[in-house]
Amino acid sequence: MLLCQVDFLPQWRRAAQKCVCTWRSCEVLACLQWLCSHPVPVSFRLCFKDFFIHKFKAVLGKNRIIFPGEKVLLAVSGGPSSCSMLRQVQEGLSQKANKKLRFVPGVAFIDEGAAIGQSVEERQRTVAELQAVFQATGFPFYILPLEQVLDLPASVVATNPSPSEQPASAYKAAVHHFVETDGSNFPRPQEPKKTLLPRVQESHTLMLQQLLGSVKTLTAREELLNTLRQHLLVHTARTEGYSKLMLGDSCTRLAVKLLTSISLGRGAQLAQDTGFSDSRYGDIILVRPMRDYSAKEVAYYNHLFTVPYVVIPSVDTKTVDKASIQRLTESFVTKLQTDFPSTVSTIYRLTSEKLQTACRKRSGADGCDRCLLCLCSLDTAVGESLTHTGVTVHITVLHFSFIYKQGCT
Amino acid sequence: MCTHGGGAELLFNGVKKHHVTLPSQSEPWDMKQLLVWIQRNLLKERPELFVQGDSVRPGILVLINDADWELMGELDYQLQDQDNVVFISTLHGG
Repeated sequence: MLLCQVDFLPQWRRAAQKCVCTWRSCEVLACLQWLCSHPVPVSFRLCFKDFFIHKFKAVLGKNRIIFPGEKVLLAVSGGPSSCSMLRQVQEGLSQKANKKLRFVPGVAFIDEGAAIGQSVEERQRTVAELQAVFQATGFPFYILPLEQVLDLPASVVATNPSPSEQPASAYKAAVHHFVETDGSNFPRPQEPKKTLLPRVQESHTLMLQQLLGSVKTLTAREELLNTLRQHLLVHTARTEGYSKLMLGDSCTRLAVKLLTSISLGRGAQLAQDTGFSDSRYGDIILVRPMRDYSAKEVAYYNHLFTVPYVVIPSVDTKTVDKASIQRLTESFVTKLQTDFPSTVSTIYRLTSEKLQTACRKRSGADGCDRCLLCLCSLDTAVGESLTHTGVTVHITVLHFSFIYKQGCT
Repeated sequence: MCTHGGGAELLFNGVKKHHVTLPSQSEPWDMKQLLVWIQRNLLKERPELFVQGDSVRPGILVLINDADWELMGELDYQLQDQDNVVFISTLHGG
């Protein structure tokens, strides 16, 4: 008997959880098949919504890295994943009782119109659209033209001392104190200032375009953009007093990034590039709370609950598969995912989490050489990383066999 | 109604929603035929970024009346009057 043919609300809650996790549970498929002859019922939507929000809070609660009252800067690109993250923070802050999120958010958006040759009017249109979205949240927000990266001080590429390591019990004590005092001793969410759109000098735009144009390959250009973006976000977090930076990378995107990083020779930095938390900057910790959501889940949630987002072209929009290593890897992973739906979760769970544990043990030594651009430790030691070798070789073989197949057709 | 989102609308001149009335034929329209019709009549550029072979390009989520098309039979699903089909690109944006 199908679950849905019985009074289904409690069972639906369990079924919806399974559905969201795997999209493959036979029970759920059978139920949904029956239901899809009707409009998607309100009860299913609510179950899905509850579970989606619960996952967000659970990943923050499990990692215990964001303390009550802490200022957290949300990096929102306008895309579906980061806008979904913004919505989760809104939902999480609006709920009552002890499950409420307890940090103080701000939003940062980087206007990268210069990188893709958009006109001033197009950029202003996009910024205005996003400004409306941010104003509706009530959080303070910062619109940052990418050109500002040209004026950053050299200190942005320095690792500042991190705050002293808190014992595990400190988090629980902080939460307890927050609940007891009802948060009255902690910073209140700021009123969003009336921000004027920053003016950008044309000379700066040209300089930035020259910088990006001097990079020969799309692969390198995408990496450079990524680095510049991160520098600007970290600098903003530092100057505005934020101690955490939230990035909206989904599981799918991180799986692609993981394989891309290996191809780019960043195998030793995988844990920091794709893990939940990244402490390379010392005082600003990068966190990725969306890493447990696949791109499909995010798209589905955004559609069902009309999460506003703005589609902004990037440097690799409408490019062919082989335009860059990033595009090729994305194509590889998404094609494989169609026939083997566990691809993304396998890449993410079996490699990302294992690497994180190994890297933590190794990164204890300080005073090691760091890359000037990405601030990660340089992997110059010979004879180490034997634990990573098997994973690296296996994935590289798959990658090259795909490239070879593409080349032959 | 056909809706495109997540970046897919960039291939349709930025138009997100299309109210589509398919020409009548003896057999009911199915998704496979709809994709061919979209390619011929609505798609403005770069068909390979939307359609691959008979189906949509991997990474494009297709929802029929808010449900995943994988549960409806994908290409074999027979369209009914007033059906709402949504194509969302999951590749674009983060």
